[in-house]
Amino acid sequence: MTISDADQAWLSAVVANHGRHATRLLQILRDVQDHFRHIPRPVMQLLAEQLGVPLAQVQGVTEFYSFLSTQPQGRYHLQLSDSISDHMLGSRALGTYLCDKLGVADGETRADGRVSFAYTSCSGLCDQGPAGLVNGWWLPKLDRSRIDRISALVEADVPLSQWPQDLFSARDNVRRPGLLLSNPVASGSALKWSLMRGLASTLDEVDKSGLRGRGGAGFQTSWKWRFCFEGPEETAVCPVEKGERMERYVVCNADEGEPGTFKDRVLLNSHAHQVFEGMTLCAGIVGAKQGFLYLRGEYLALRAKLEAVLAERRRLNLLGVGILGREGFDFDIEIHMGAGAYICGEESALIESLEGKRGTPRNRPPYPVTHGYLGRPTVVNNVETFVAAAAIALKGGVWFASHGTEKSKGSKILSICGDCARPGIYEYDFGVSIAQILKDCGAANTFGVQVGGPSGVFIGEQEFERRLGFEDLATGGSFMIFDKTRDVLEIVRNFTHFFAHESCGFCTPCRVGTSLLRNAMDKLCAGHGAAGDLVEIGNLGQFVRAASHCGLGQTAANPLLATLERFPELYQSRLKSISFEPGFDLDGELSTARRMTGRDDAHAHLEQESV
Amino acid sequence: MNIRNTITIDGTPVPFQDGDTIMDAATRAGIYIPHLCHNPEFKPHGSCKLCTVNVNGRNCSACTFPAADGQQVLNSTEELNATRRTITQMLFVEGNHFCPSCEKSGNCQLQGVAYFLNMLDPHFPLFYPERETDSSHPDILLDRDRCILCELCVRASREIDGKNVFGLSGRGIHTHLVVNADSGLLKDTDLTPADKAAQVCPVGAIIVKRHGFESPIGARQFDQQNVSEWSLSWEPAAMGDEHG
Ligand SMILES: Cc1cc2nc3c(=O)[nH]c(=O)nc-3n(C[C@H](O)[C@H](O)[C@H](O)COP(=O)(O)O)c2cc1C
Ligand code: SF4
Ligand code: SF4
Ligand code: FES
Repeated sequence: MTISDADQAWLSAVVANHGRHATRLLQILRDVQDHFRHIPRPVMQLLAEQLGVPLAQVQGVTEFYSFLSTQPQGRYHLQLSDSISDHMLGSRALGTYLCDKLGVADGETRADGRVSFAYTSCSGLCDQGPAGLVNGWWLPKLDRSRIDRISALVEADVPLSQWPQDLFSARDNVRRPGLLLSNPVASGSALKWSLMRGLASTLDEVDKSGLRGRGGAGFQTSWKWRFCFEGPEETAVCPVEKGERMERYVVCNADEGEPGTFKDRVLLNSHAHQVFEGMTLCAGIVGAKQGFLYLRGEYLALRAKLEAVLAERRRLNLLGVGILGREGFDFDIEIHMGAGAYICGEESALIESLEGKRGTPRNRPPYPVTHGYLGRPTVVNNVETFVAAAAIALKGGVWFASHGTEKSKGSKILSICGDCARPGIYEYDFGVSIAQILKDCGAANTFGVQVGGPSGVFIGEQEFERRLGFEDLATGGSFMIFDKTRDVLEIVRNFTHFFAHESCGFCTPCRVGTSLLRNAMDKLCAGHGAAGDLVEIGNLGQFVRAASHCGLGQTAANPLLATLERFPELYQSRLKSISFEPGFDLDGELSTARRMTGRDDAHAHLEQESV
Repeated sequence: MNIRNTITIDGTPVPFQDGDTIMDAATRAGIYIPHLCHNPEFKPHGSCKLCTVNVNGRNCSACTFPAADGQQVLNSTEELNATRRTITQMLFVEGNHFCPSCEKSGNCQLQGVAYFLNMLDPHFPLFYPERETDSSHPDILLDRDRCILCELCVRASREIDGKNVFGLSGRGIHTHLVVNADSGLLKDTDLTPADKAAQVCPVGAIIVKRHGFESPIGARQFDQQNVSEWSLSWEPAAMGDEHG
């Protein structure tokens, strides 16, 4: 493929728009993917020249992110979410229906180049699945009749902008507002109050509130902000100078890739001002001039709205130079889009991605809070953390801390999906029991709950009196419910596929281990498991947990280990009554030879020996 | 006992210097911690995880983790060596390592480490991946079947040769080494056999052609010394000129 003059001009304009910064490489590649429906090799070459980075780096970034491809995709690229909740709503059968209807195969582009299809990790619409994406735009609540309509639009070549809006419209589904959702902060009010009272005392309020990060790890938010303000130890010799001179960054983690988590989607859709208000307060406190919202690629539909909110805040002088008339209080926020990589939710991988690189987690220490974006002190917080911080700035730390439990103050926003009558958003004070939540969302005949998503923990009926909180069941927000008709091994198999697909590949234990786990679960579910395999898979899970570089690998075996421990009988019931079963199908391996020799008689087949 | 700037490794007090990793302190003290992606001439990388040690109860990579006063490090334990053996087995099964026909055999650190850890079989099902061999360059062969993704060639080319000939691409189990040329072929780069990148590969993935069988089997590196003796024979001295 050669690049036409017009396309070359287009590319130069895009690169110029992005200021020719290598940190914008991923953003530029997203534009290129949109324009050409793939990343052509000659474009990689041009980008390498124009940005001054090696071609191998452009290729390395391109081939890291699932939403970028080196082979042309169709003008309509359809994706179906492969999250377990979508599976349970029949997404796989729907996918087959769609492929038949459009004459396209999974992972391929139709010969006329019009349409392509692929499965993708959770698209963040688990409360309104089966869900999909077309060219990155949400397609909630899919069923056969919607697929029929979509197919007709594709075959008639109707531009996306003219598709009926109801196909795209996702709902918030807020079912139970709590401490934060019932007390929204009017835009600017927390900032005004903080500036009046002094930003230092706002940090004291955040401290008093006991707020801990809502992204999962639960680090004390006030400490993170203070460490960022203090900066790295090596510059600690002259506190005054470093306070003024060293650049700092505030990053909002809106990667929300954990399957079953979609509460940040709702916060960004309906409370964006409050998210940005929290970020701006943080910037004032730590002394940052630049902020980023790292928005997952699956949330493309939110982007325009978020840009509009940012523009409005600039107009209101809540962003920009001299915020609310305060000299020296300068801060602005840029939106960076992800491109289909769960690992970019891990804060150091996120920062690499913000810098335009492959999203591999860094070695720690040093931590992002002292050596983050471009090596500068950087706060990375979850969307909900910033929302809570803004509310705390306005209403005070005591208000927040009077809710929740001893070690888990305040509330937690949950995204609930799976087998229940009313999936959606529920906010509870910490300390609520699982049984209460199940009752509220109308779950019946419940077998178990995956708390915190695939990387969290699977609990069974005996544990429904356990409580949400850092003391017991910590969660980033995902709450997936499974009733007694579900097959636990299939659930675990789905999760192991997810982790194998999302492993970044940097470290050996996770790169190889997650694939081995996936293969082992496939073997078990296909009915080829032997007793030895259970011991083996347990050991392998323990190993991947203990030896991996980052949180992804360290949690990838959680669903397997949790269910193996709780329901060993379910695993045993799937075994063949033998001690060893080859992982490899001898007869299957001969199929090529049979095809070549045109034989298919009994003598051309092998009886598989089982020991 | 808590002398300043001292850690213990398997109970033995080991002094360290400011800025040392646990690997640095161990190497200086003549203690071998198994490693593959680490090479004292380069900045620590931390990807292979062979150097996993236990520091005050937590697993860490010795090659990247900073030494700090009073750390109690476990290194040569049965459990850690079992972890390292598993990692080595994983590296074997994810690639295609046909040692008997590989000219690096006997000089290969992956093999050396496998012997050291008493690895007797690959244990896991083999992946048999399809990987491309690049024999386009007149003097240098790139056999991706044997690549363990340690990025030493990437780092050497970037940091020492100033050429950026290599990079990693893909994700997860599909991660692979790519060559920085429009054609993707080594012949279209300025890589030469004298480059550090052409010499640094710990396995037989990057090989300078026509030198393969200069020393006969039986007289090769790890026929003479095991990998721990070999490492300690040159690495403490090489630490002086650590790059960067
Ligand atoms: C594999 C992985 C994925 C993660 N994904 C997210 C995410 O999508 N959103 C998030 O806020 N934190 C995520 N985290 C946690 C972040 O690394 C980080 O702890 C968090 O953003 C800090 O913000 P907080 O203190 O406000 O929770 C992830 C961690 C790992 C290991
Ligand atoms: S644990 Fe997995 S995701 Fe994390 S660095 Fe290792 S390979 Fe990458
Ligand atoms: S070619 Fe050799 S040096 Fe380069 S990454 Fe592979 S194993 Fe490491
Ligand atoms: S030697 Fe430390 S991770 Fe490879």
